Amino acid sequence: MMIFIVTILVILMLIAAISACIFRDLLSAVIAACVVSLIAAVLFYLLQAPDVAMAEAAIGAALVTAVFVIAIIRTKRHEE
Amino acid sequence: MRSIVSIILIGIIALGITLALIVIPFGEPRTEVGKYYIDKGIEDTGATNIVTSVVVNYRGFDTLGEVTILFIAAIGLGAVLATQKKRKLEKKVTPASLILYTGCRFLFPLILLFGAYIFIHGHLSPGGGFQGGAIIASAFVLIYLSCRGRRLPVALTKAIESLGGLVFIIVGLVGLSLGGYFLLNFLPKGVPNTLFSAGIIPIIYIAIGLKVGLELTGIIDNLVEESK
Repeated sequence: MMIFIVTILVILMLIAAISACIFRDLLSAVIAACVVSLIAAVLFYLLQAPDVAMAEAAIGAALVTAVFVIAIIRTKRHEE
Repeated sequence: MRSIVSIILIGIIALGITLALIVIPFGEPRTEVGKYYIDKGIEDTGATNIVTSVVVNYRGFDTLGEVTILFIAAIGLGAVLATQKKRKLEKKVTPASLILYTGCRFLFPLILLFGAYIFIHGHLSPGGGFQGGAIIASAFVLIYLSCRGRRLPVALTKAIESLGGLVFIIVGLVGLSLGGYFLLNFLPKGVPNTLFSAGIIPIIYIAIGLKVGLELTGIIDNLVEESK
């Protein structure tokens, strides 16, 4: 059961990571990268590392996304 | 051509990492020191969370280095951005909608409370100064992104941030003068699993939590200030 959940999460993570590379809309790409961090946090929690999961969720999903969104506000939203 | 070369290079790197990691059995302890921490951690430090006892007590000096690295990074970012001319953005920034504004104002105190809970209970439950600080910073990010024009007073954040760093070093130096080595746990350890236990660990984690939280907020603040 556990391996089943982990497999689904890893596949979702791979999909999110690949789509972060190929999206032309940079805001969507940033959200996809945020999803990668969130799933990584869930995986850390399932591997019994709640401390790392907390840091990953707070920094990887929240703060890094905010920094990228601010960068997009200052520049352009779409890749040329 | 370039993309083919990069794909081949990435393949070689992935192969190397796989070959290196495949010989290591997954989840098996490779060193003796981990077992020592699990067996003797609570007895030595009084902290129920063994990760905290390693980060603040056994490896406390490394943590001081990490805090210093973050401090230098924040200062460097501030210095780089301060030399740029403050230019206005040509694009008009649309104000946040009422739902977003109200939701963020409602969530802000709750997230602050959660962050404070995380770093005050760092020696009892998962989490600690860095995690709690990052959660506090994410609360401020929410306010910065939704309520345009709201700013923290810079002098106050800098004062609290410096105080956090000073408390860490002073606690370490008191330990040095009392017992002969830096960051000696000189306070009574108390009963494990209670809030007032584990000696100097809660004090250091509260200092780190405030310092990291306000430092990360300062980084975001620098970036947002330029983008307005």
